[in-house]
Amino acid sequence: MSGGRRGTLDEAFRSWPGRAILGLIVPVLLGVVWFVTAQKGWLPEQLLPSPVAVWQALADTAASGDLWTNSLISLTRVGEGFAIGAAVGLILGVVLGLSRRARELVDPLFLLLAQVPPLGLIPLAILALGVDEAMKVAVIAWASFIPVVLNVKQGIGDVPRSLHELAEVLTFDPWYALTRVVLPAAVPPIFTGLREGLANAWQTMVAAELFASTEGLGYMITLGRQLFQFDMVLAVVLVLGVVGLAVNGTLALVERRLLRWQGQAA
Amino acid sequence: MSWIALARERPAGSLWPGGRPLVLGFALPALLLVVWQVICLARWLPPYILPSPVAVVERFATELADGRFGQDVWASLSRVLKGFFFGSAAGLAFGLLLGLSRWADRLLGPLFMAYRQIALFAWVPLLSMWFGGGETGKVAFVTLSAFAPVVVNTWRAIRAIPDPLNELGAVLTFNRLDHVSLIALPGALPGIATGLRSAMIYAWLATVGAELFLDIAPGMGGRLNEGRDKFEVDLMLVALVVLTGLGLLFSQAAALIERRLVRWRTR
Repeated sequence: MSGGRRGTLDEAFRSWPGRAILGLIVPVLLGVVWFVTAQKGWLPEQLLPSPVAVWQALADTAASGDLWTNSLISLTRVGEGFAIGAAVGLILGVVLGLSRRARELVDPLFLLLAQVPPLGLIPLAILALGVDEAMKVAVIAWASFIPVVLNVKQGIGDVPRSLHELAEVLTFDPWYALTRVVLPAAVPPIFTGLREGLANAWQTMVAAELFASTEGLGYMITLGRQLFQFDMVLAVVLVLGVVGLAVNGTLALVERRLLRWQGQAA
Repeated sequence: MSWIALARERPAGSLWPGGRPLVLGFALPALLLVVWQVICLARWLPPYILPSPVAVVERFATELADGRFGQDVWASLSRVLKGFFFGSAAGLAFGLLLGLSRWADRLLGPLFMAYRQIALFAWVPLLSMWFGGGETGKVAFVTLSAFAPVVVNTWRAIRAIPDPLNELGAVLTFNRLDHVSLIALPGALPGIATGLRSAMIYAWLATVGAELFLDIAPGMGGRLNEGRDKFEVDLMLVALVVLTGLGLLFSQAAALIERRLVRWRTR
């Protein structure tokens, strides 16, 4: 913490490759411990399957195509639900952000509904829509809808008055003002909303699939649990982590792209 | 993972801004209730599919009269509080470690960030295999859900403490303990408070999830499952309303505590 003194070793680990190596030490160590634990049989297979078994499960499901089909099904669900939720959320968020009257009318109801735990909606959605695709997409859409509305509303509402006035002075028509002035100014919060919405969609997909499904990554977990194939459970959990990481990384990249103009202006 | 947007929504902590908006804001829910009741009265939907609002209120009254209801609420509450306590205590310790020690940050930080990518609910089957589907498994899941938000916010908040403050500590030759108690903790307090608040929200989410996914036991989520199994939509709606109400109560309480914690800064 004391700012001034830094060893040369310390210095070496501040750059990128050094940091990456350091960050890998503990995971590798944990992997070794896991391997040895499994090798020596210190823990029963039911509690912690060996890394070899997990790898084998991963390879088997990948070879049989199960892993890809189920991943694709899960990703499609997330994509559909998120697309619907985000599109509707974007529209409602813009309306609420622009109109005080709309806020006064809708906000209390929306905030109340936003508090309903999305998981609690799953059993109700099953009764209303059945256990099939429609139920999952609806619940995922709802979960991604809420953060999009909250963030877009806030972001549009926070666009400085002066920008609105500028559009007025330049006699932009409302649509032009919205698409050329207001929306670009609100890109960062809109993106935050989309990112949070996608994260929620991802979470809810896993939950909905665990709860009731016959396909998808969540179903593979449930199946593995029922068959006591814990290696498969762990393998799918790892896949969920990797896909989540990839989705998040892509989104961060897109966000940086979209926001580049702001950095240049500053 | 982020249901945090909701936490950010009302930093002031009051659900209803006073005055005219209040009246206007009630118009829409009231209208919906009336439409709902009319649909039921006109028998457009059979009552077992959509019970009327009056029927739901009646069910709520019978549930309240029955002693079991209190037990269910209490079971859920104790789960969320236990998990929140364990999870945020561990999260605070780990967040402090990551924030204060450069080496911990470099060695454990990337692992933690990778861990955060795994969907929360993917842990349910793993935890139920390690801790069983009973009370221990449920509390373990709630603990896990409260852990990450506290770590992230504590870690970031300590990192964001301005350098001059840290240098001041060095000039005053603070030892580690003084540094933590006089600079790091007070400086990071707003961030820690935010972390605790979102931990509360996640803990509640996880409690509902644990009660829905793991073994059936007393608790509001359990009642929701029971309603589904018995096809009693009125019970499901009552359970959902109570779950929502409790969640609302938590977020309000957490917002209040957060404001208390950071009050000295704004004064």
